[in-house]
Formats: sequence, structure tokens, C-alpha cells
Amino acid sequence: MKKLKLTGKQTWQFENPLFIHSSGTAVGPKEAEGPLGQYFDIKHKELHCGEDNWELAERRLMEQAVEQCLTKGNKTKDDIDLFLAGDLLNQNVTANYVARHLSLPFLCMFGACSTSMETVAIGAALIDGGFASQVIAATSSHNATAERQFRYPTEYGGQKPDTATFTVTGSGAVLINKEVSNIKITSATIGKVADLGIKDPFDMGSAMAPAAADTIAQHLKDLNRTPDDYDLFLTGDLSGVGSPIVKELLKEEGYDVHDKHNDCGLMVYRPDQQVFAGGSGCGCSAVVTYAHIFNELKAGNLKRVFVVATGALLSPTMIQQKESIPTIAHGVVFERADGGVSS
Amino acid sequence: MEYLLAFVVGGAICVIGQILLDVFKLTPAHVMSSFVVSGAILDGFGLYDKLIKFAGAGATVPITSFGHSLLHGAMEQAKEHGFIGIGIGIFELTSAGISAAILFAFIMALIFKPKG
Amino acid sequence: MVKMKEDYKNKIRDYQPKPPYFMNCFKAFLIGGLICLCGQGIQNFYMNVFHFSEKDAGNPTVATLILISALLTGFGVYDKIGQFAGAGSAVPVTGFANSMTSAAIEHRSEGLVLGVATNMFKLAGSVIVFGVVAAYIVGMIRYFYGLAF
Repeated sequence: MKKLKLTGKQTWQFENPLFIHSSGTAVGPKEAEGPLGQYFDIKHKELHCGEDNWELAERRLMEQAVEQCLTKGNKTKDDIDLFLAGDLLNQNVTANYVARHLSLPFLCMFGACSTSMETVAIGAALIDGGFASQVIAATSSHNATAERQFRYPTEYGGQKPDTATFTVTGSGAVLINKEVSNIKITSATIGKVADLGIKDPFDMGSAMAPAAADTIAQHLKDLNRTPDDYDLFLTGDLSGVGSPIVKELLKEEGYDVHDKHNDCGLMVYRPDQQVFAGGSGCGCSAVVTYAHIFNELKAGNLKRVFVVATGALLSPTMIQQKESIPTIAHGVVFERADGGVSS
Repeated sequence: MEYLLAFVVGGAICVIGQILLDVFKLTPAHVMSSFVVSGAILDGFGLYDKLIKFAGAGATVPITSFGHSLLHGAMEQAKEHGFIGIGIGIFELTSAGISAAILFAFIMALIFKPKG
Repeated sequence: MVKMKEDYKNKIRDYQPKPPYFMNCFKAFLIGGLICLCGQGIQNFYMNVFHFSEKDAGNPTVATLILISALLTGFGVYDKIGQFAGAGSAVPVTGFANSMTSAAIEHRSEGLVLGVATNMFKLAGSVIVFGVVAAYIVGMIRYFYGLAF
């Protein structure tokens, strides 16, 4: 019988060498002005991204991210076997309508803000299992579409507290295959839903920290490793409130990640950009990882990174029914490989 | 003098609202709804008219005065038509405000796009 | 020692930034007071220039404030005022107009009937519903109290 690729309880170790062949990112104005602005492929000067309404704008971002990913990787649509994508909107419309435009075999995924690593993990697993050879994994979010669906109309004068996070307007897409490049995908840990009773939709960092801590701790247990084996533990969007909490939770489990932790929500914006506790959204972990972190891996500044995208699985109806917020975190390990030419 | 009173009383009512938002963690909709109900109750005791005489716009501009107007109109019609008058008079005094809000909201939706 | 996970909601309190209570109340007082001040000015304007009585001047005053608020919402300014002032801009009738206008503008993409018209009262509906219900109840009580005594 073939060896099980599930190691421990929740971690997949990929048997075949799998690589990030190329990536593409498209962002809105605030992200373009942020500290990582220079690393994004497409930067829009205006939140509508040249479209008539917010939903079309988000769709455009995902289409552009996928286009960039293909161009930079010297591939065309016809080379791709499978498209995995998801977003925050009801019925995942951004992903669905972009899939319509791409006309590729498509699996829609919903993990809220954990969708980036969810799609990469599943894409890698499918290639490793021989079900595909070229997979594009994409995700997106848009500040206005998220505000309008989850919170208030964008022109509403409601006052947000300092614990709130700012949904990133951006999309990221990656092409995964077996062609040798500088970035290898070696393992992934699938998260379980965590819920410690947080009910405040304006403080999702606190709600998601336990899920991130669970996934990181389980990953290290499953692979029998310690934080010293990694250069960076990068969470998706715990931001200013959730980041210190996750470090403390991990410390209580016996894992000290204090000097090795960072959060995409804290990296994508400057503190003076009026973003309260930091960035959030599917696009947050995607654009920071696919643009900046991959650059760092290629340059050799990072050798092994565990990117843990965190998602809050709430809906406005559940909040109104006084339910608490269930959260989840999926993680993927990216390693520097001395590979061939990659873009 | 009337300007000072309008400023102080209006500001004070808003501070109560801010405390409900920050300390009691109510949503803006909850705060506005409770203020409207308070306005109606205060008018029921005849107190809101006194506040309006004292503070002028400081009492008529906050949303509490909406509750006061709803009740006031109802009571005026009740005097003439008995308790059926309550239903007849509810929107009598508030009609100008609600109609203006609906009309202007509609017009703005035709002219403006949301800016995010 | 109790682990953080076991008493999570209480243990994370130290990590959650508290709202700047005093500053928020001060800003609410300032902006709310200013809006009422403008209301007083507008009311006096209608009384002196158009010779409305004090009672009659109330309606055009409210309508004018609603128009100003709707315009500021349309220009994308009211949400910035709201973030600064909190209750100071939500409690005056301008906040009511902003809640309706912002919802109407936001849902334009779904058309005039199903978008603008249907969603206009998304945020303001609760105010009207509770106001009317409260007025009915208080009105009934007042009425029957008046009859009995």
C-alpha cells in the first residue's frame, strides 16, 4: 500500500517536487500607496478600477491578476488544467464570473480570508496526486464590496473602532506546477474551525487568532519541528489586535514565535493610512505573499516560510442572530529552492 | 445666548449617544432607535416641549425630536378625533422631514456614485 | 494558571485597544453642538427673512439640514465627518438623512426600483418603525389617562 501523505493529524507532505511557477497581483490605490506598492504588478489609481460598479471592479482585479500570472510565466490559458478560486462575496460571484471569462475547469472555494492558502494547498495536492499538472489558484477582495455586503453602505457615517480592520482591495493569482523554479511548496496544514465565543464583527483579529495558533501548533507537532526550523510565520490578517494574541497563545503551547512572526495585514499598509488595526480580506494574504514574500524567497532572504491565511466564517445574519464568529486558518510551507529560471 | 444653549444641549445629547456607542457597544441603529423612543416618551410627560423652549435647535435637531413630533402630531389629532386620531396624526408633523429625506436621497442616488 | 484559551474573552481584554472615551465624547459634543448651532441659525433665517413663526420654522429647518446632509453624503464627505464625530453626526437628523442617502447611492447599481427604492430604508427603517410604535403606545396611554382623569 502506498504511503499516506497525511502526516500527523492535519498536515499534507507533498511527495513530488511542486513549485510556484509564476504569480500575478493587482491592487487598488491604497495598497499601491502602501509600503509594498512597488512590488505589485498592476496598481489602480482609483477604487472603481475603471469599472461601473464595485463588483465589476473586483472582478477586473482577479482577471488582471490571472493574466499577469500567465504572462509572467510564459503560459497561456490553454496550458492550464484547473482553476481554483474564491472570494468574500455571496455565492463567490467574483470567482464564478472570472471563471466564466477564463473558460477553464473550475472549482470554487470559500474560506473567507483563508482562501489564498486553501486554494494553493488544494491545487498542490491535486497536482501531487496526478489529477492536474498546471493549476492556477486565485483569490480577491475589494474594500467597497466587502463593506457593502458585511457592514454598511460605503458613504455611511458610522464610526469604526480601533479594533476594526480595513479590507484590502486586491487580487493575487499563482501558477503551480512541477517545473523547477526558485519557490517550492513542500507541505500544507489544513485547519479546523475554531470559535472561542467572540461576537464582535469589528474585531476579527481576536476571533481568528485561536485558529491561527491551532494550525501553527498542529503543523509543528505533525512534522515534529520547532519554530527554529522556519524563518517566518506569516499570518494573513490578524493585524494589530490579533498578532500579539496569536504569539501569546502559541507560547502557551510551548512554541515561541515572537521574533519570527509577521502579519500581512500589518505589512500591506502604513500606520498613517487610517486603517485602524490593519488590513484584512482574501486579497491581503494573497498580494503580500505572492508579490513581496515570493520576492524575498527568490532573493534568498527567506528560506522557509509558513504562510497561514486566516478566515472569519461569519455572515451579517449570523451576527444579528447573536451567534459568535467561527474562524479557520490554512497554512502552506514555501521553501527557497535552487531552481531554474522563474519569473 | 440661544446659540450657546443650542450648542450645549445639542452637544450633550450627542455625548449620551457616544457613551451608548462606546461603553454599551450598541450599534448606531440601536442608538438612534432608542433616542426616537425616548423623544416620544419625554413628550408623553410634556417634558420635550419644555426642552425645545429652553434649547431651541439644540432640541429640535437631534433625532429625539422626531419621536417628539410623532407623538405631538398624534395627540393633536386625538384631541379632535378621539383615539383614531392617534393614527391620523402620527406623520402630520414629521411629514416634511421624512418626505425631504426620501426625495433628496433619491435625487442624490441619481446624481452621485459611491466613492468608497 | 488558567490558559488563555480557557478564559479567552476576558484574557484578550488587555490586547484590545479601548476607545478613547473622553476624546470621542468631546468630538461628539463639538460636532453635534455645531450641527445644532447651524440648525438654530437656519431656523432664525427662516423666521427673520421668510417670516415663519417659531413653530412653523421647524419644518423648513429640518428639510434644509437634510438637504445639506444628503449633499455631503453624495460628495463623499459625510463618512469622514462620521468617523471623526461618531454620535455627533449620527444623532442629529443629519445622521438620519445620511443613512438613507448612503444606502440609496450605494444600491444604485441594482437599479432604481429594486436597488435605490428598496434599500433606502435599510438603516433608517428601524428609526421610523420604533418611533411610530412608541408614539402609538405612548399616545394610547396618554389618551386614556386623559379620559380617566
